[in-house]
Amino acid sequence: MKKYICKRILMMFPVLLGVAFLIFAIMTFTPGDPASIILGSNATPDAIKALHTKLGLDQPFLSRFFNYIKGIVTTFDFGTSYINGRDVKYEMLVRFAYTFRVALLSMAFALGFGIPLGITAAVNRNTWKDTSSMMIALLGISMPTFWFGQILSIVFALKLGLFPAGGVGGIEYYVLPCLAVSMMGIASMARQTRSSMLEVIRSDYITTARAKGQEERKIIYKHALRNALIPVVTQAGATFGILLGGTLVAETVFSIPGLGSYMVTSINSRDYPAIQGAVIFIAAVFGVVMLLVDILYTVIDPRIRVEFTKGGKK
Amino acid sequence: MNLQKERKALSRQPAKRQSMTVMTLRRMKKNKMAMVGLIILTFIMLVAIFGPLIAPYSYTETDLLHTYGLPSLLHPFGTDELGRDILSRMIIGSRASLSIGFVSMAGASVIGIMFGSICGYFGGKVDTVIMRFMDILQALPPLIMAITICAALGPGLNNCIVAITISNIPSFVRMTRASVLNIRRMEYLEAATAINCSTSRIIVKHILPNALSPLIVQLTMGIATSIISASAMSFLGLGVQPPDAEWGAMLSAGRSYIRNYPHMVTFAGVTIMITVLSLNMLGDGLRDALDPKLKN
Repeated sequence: MKKYICKRILMMFPVLLGVAFLIFAIMTFTPGDPASIILGSNATPDAIKALHTKLGLDQPFLSRFFNYIKGIVTTFDFGTSYINGRDVKYEMLVRFAYTFRVALLSMAFALGFGIPLGITAAVNRNTWKDTSSMMIALLGISMPTFWFGQILSIVFALKLGLFPAGGVGGIEYYVLPCLAVSMMGIASMARQTRSSMLEVIRSDYITTARAKGQEERKIIYKHALRNALIPVVTQAGATFGILLGGTLVAETVFSIPGLGSYMVTSINSRDYPAIQGAVIFIAAVFGVVMLLVDILYTVIDPRIRVEFTKGGKK
Repeated sequence: MNLQKERKALSRQPAKRQSMTVMTLRRMKKNKMAMVGLIILTFIMLVAIFGPLIAPYSYTETDLLHTYGLPSLLHPFGTDELGRDILSRMIIGSRASLSIGFVSMAGASVIGIMFGSICGYFGGKVDTVIMRFMDILQALPPLIMAITICAALGPGLNNCIVAITISNIPSFVRMTRASVLNIRRMEYLEAATAINCSTSRIIVKHILPNALSPLIVQLTMGIATSIISASAMSFLGLGVQPPDAEWGAMLSAGRSYIRNYPHMVTFAGVTIMITVLSLNMLGDGLRDALDPKLKN
């Protein structure tokens, strides 16, 4: 088990290195020179050349990439922003706190509401409970997060004045963004839970459990849910990715100074170190979440645990 | 006499055998939700195709005397900050939104299925190399991947399509690979090899048709997600650039005015939602129709 987790952690590094390389390469080889963007359109060629030397853009691609990775690995240094000269690392860590709070809270909503909704729908199949919750879920996966956010802020912030429309502060500032972002998550969790519950409920051991007179509650939560959970956990990993993406976009709607708005401003000013830093950082976080999902499998399903401890392949 | 009847019945039997497509369509027809989705989608596609012919106004024509117009008979969805007719902009915008969705998913599915079947069929080193590359593409959530690629390539409709295509390739590769790995063990493949079918024939004629059902569902749902992603990217200013119309870009433009003129974001958002909803309904219907195991 430990061996498997160690292997999984070690496997993250080449993937992150690949992501870094990919981002670095497309940033370098696509048109658009940061030096001329920083200096404006009427900069002299000499000034541009001087700035190239200062930013290290005149060095060959591979040596720049190597230095960048060396900086991250040895001193956890993501470089400084081209635009305002601030340390990318500190800026990211401060901003990431906001992004992660919204994403994590939304994920909690998604699990807390989505799974019970899916169970209710599956247990009461073909009743109004099933139809109505599945309609809500279908609407939920069809709504763009940022638009739902806009509507929420029109209704609850501008018209009713219940919550602030944007910015950061106490818990009340997180209500609308989390609602907006979690909608998609609740919907996709509910759909996945319902379909995997339906599949399990039809199996023989559920009939056996009923035949021996087991309580219906216990059948649903102990027998069925436990077995239906594996695809749900898989979906939860993917959902976290969707929610993270949704959070980045929703930050623009609710003016949250998180990683998403950082990326957007950096993209508009072609601030390479900032974009690269943010992307690698998000990839690392996402990788850790996926690792946790994989570990969670082994907790839920003893069969998978046995397979791993035997040292067998996945 | 009786025997003759029986013989007739027997001889008629082969005609009753139906192809997968016909069977799926028959099951689909019974599914009301899927049919509603299909009808709405067809309508939206027709609107997009005949857009310039049915749009009541030009989508770039400004009318500074009637800015921020509320919905009225003249302008059913109102006018925007430059007095442009929102309905016309939405009709023209549907072409950008739909083409991003359809073109990017067509690209992603073709490339993804190709690599996926290569990985699944040949295995070995090719498989490892391609799958490790897919790991890298999947190291970021799809929307963030698309935003990053689009950031590097620069904003615009075509770059947006490329970005969404690339970010969607891995899921197709994985799905195809998994199905191909399953099908490879089947006996009919052994038979195909035994009668000396070429590799490409085995993959295209024997493996892919049997791996297709989940991919079709994935494709339909994928178009829905990529329309949402495209609108999110336009919202962030990475997709379609003004003065061109696109639903997400219209939501972004109306953002500054939502306090006083919420109609500027309502209609475009509702349209995105209805389009995506119809695709999802169709996808759900297809899944039920293609997977008889779930139907009882």
